[in-house]
Amino acid sequence: MTRVLRLYPQLLRTGFAEAVAYRAEFLIWMFSTNMPLVMLAIWAAAARSGPVGSYSQEGFAAYYLAALLVRLMTGAWVVWAMTMEIRDGTMALRLLRPIHPLLQWSADNLAALPLRGVVAIPVIAILLYVGRPEMSHDWFSWMLLVPALLGAWLIYFLVQAMIGTLALRFESAASLFDAWLGFSNVLSGYLVPLDLFPGALRKLAAVLPFRFQLSFPVELMLGRWSRVEALELLAAQWAYVLVFLLVTRVAWRSGIRHYAAYGG
Amino acid sequence: MIRAARVVRAQLRASVAMALQYRLEFAVQGALALLWIAVTLFPLLVLFGNRPEVAGWTFAEMLVVLGWFVALKGVLEGTLSPSLMQVIEHVRKGTLDFVLLKPADAQLLVSLSKIEPWRLIDLLGAGVIFGIAFQRIGRPPGLIQVLLAVAMLCAAVLVLYSIAILVVSIAFVAVRVDNLLYLFQSIFDVARWPSTVFRGVLSVIFTFVLPLALMTTYPALALLGKLTPQTAVAALAGSLLFAGVARAIWIVSIRRYTSASS
Repeated sequence: MTRVLRLYPQLLRTGFAEAVAYRAEFLIWMFSTNMPLVMLAIWAAAARSGPVGSYSQEGFAAYYLAALLVRLMTGAWVVWAMTMEIRDGTMALRLLRPIHPLLQWSADNLAALPLRGVVAIPVIAILLYVGRPEMSHDWFSWMLLVPALLGAWLIYFLVQAMIGTLALRFESAASLFDAWLGFSNVLSGYLVPLDLFPGALRKLAAVLPFRFQLSFPVELMLGRWSRVEALELLAAQWAYVLVFLLVTRVAWRSGIRHYAAYGG
Repeated sequence: MIRAARVVRAQLRASVAMALQYRLEFAVQGALALLWIAVTLFPLLVLFGNRPEVAGWTFAEMLVVLGWFVALKGVLEGTLSPSLMQVIEHVRKGTLDFVLLKPADAQLLVSLSKIEPWRLIDLLGAGVIFGIAFQRIGRPPGLIQVLLAVAMLCAAVLVLYSIAILVVSIAFVAVRVDNLLYLFQSIFDVARWPSTVFRGVLSVIFTFVLPLALMTTYPALALLGKLTPQTAVAALAGSLLFAGVARAIWIVSIRRYTSASS
């Protein structure tokens, strides 16, 4: 444990250096995240003639800018790194290092955060300018935003890691993640705010883990929950994080026995 | 010309045969294409559950636009993107030399070199969406309207192809931007809405600079019988001009290309 604590900052530094080295590509990846803006266009057009549900035009602007911000700040790409390294055999190198491969990948993904912040800062500025009346006025929900964002990132990272471990056994693990992404786009509130969903689907989305990845932090920023409700939801989010953490651990342990390093 | 057609046919056959080797992949990717069509439809269903009309478009009319979007996305991600990603890979590795040495036009050779046939599902999906849309409207489009829509579709594919060629031409100059094509793919997502959704600067950009209006809105208007002849002629002329410029830039950048292998 102390070894991990000693080595992790170094891994973060290496990851950051790597992100800076590929900054042009990195920025292009960031700018490719524009789905919230595409959705904002249509909903803003719809809200010209009056609010839709509880969202006015400014309400939609605040929602989708906040969604963009959450998406930018909780990025992970471990599933593609895993499937690629497992297939071409470079994962053998990771296994040799004295620290768990998943921790190495998590450092890679976390280390990109400062650079992602550079893109996120303009979004925050526009958000504060356009959406101020729509944002939460309670300092408490802004405080909860920090653990909520961390939880959202952990859920995204751990789901990718879980599906990634399947690549130790099957070849089309990346396609499975693609399918998961399709469901997540709808059920996490990335495309449409959850409270505009028709009844039955809204109830379903409320219990599935997808909402904790995006919708929950966004709603915290918009101040849609009371303090008690927010705390309950945060507890539920972290319960999912713990479950996913355990499953990932078990899946990794049993999967790694099946791994035959190619080209070693 | 006949020679070019024969080259294209041989290329198509080779890349389809290549893709069909992976049969499980075929089934998996086909199922995924269906899922993503459903994901694309979802916001529209919620939207029109709340509103009878948005930006002057009814649900059925908007479905027609979405149908063209699904079809063109299939063309873009099933043929153009994979083929041109290969060019960028060639540039990076220096193997583009082998393509350039072949006794046929290089642009022709690279344009259809890799195809994902399962994206045909997108075209089928688009057909179903059109079917539902025109059933709701209550009358099928007339022959003239269909012909006009086909002409508009040709213009749309031409512009889409030209933009992809332009992006690849940039890759010759700056090798490090190999994900520029992804950026364009994500911007193309805007084309799922009719162009009247946008106002001010954005509507000008999406009509003239990055002609997304031409790709889905105009073919949809043609199919609905609402496209004026002037707009149709202007769109066709514009797309030919766009293709000419893209071809010229491709030729210039291929001349400036210095291989990475030597």
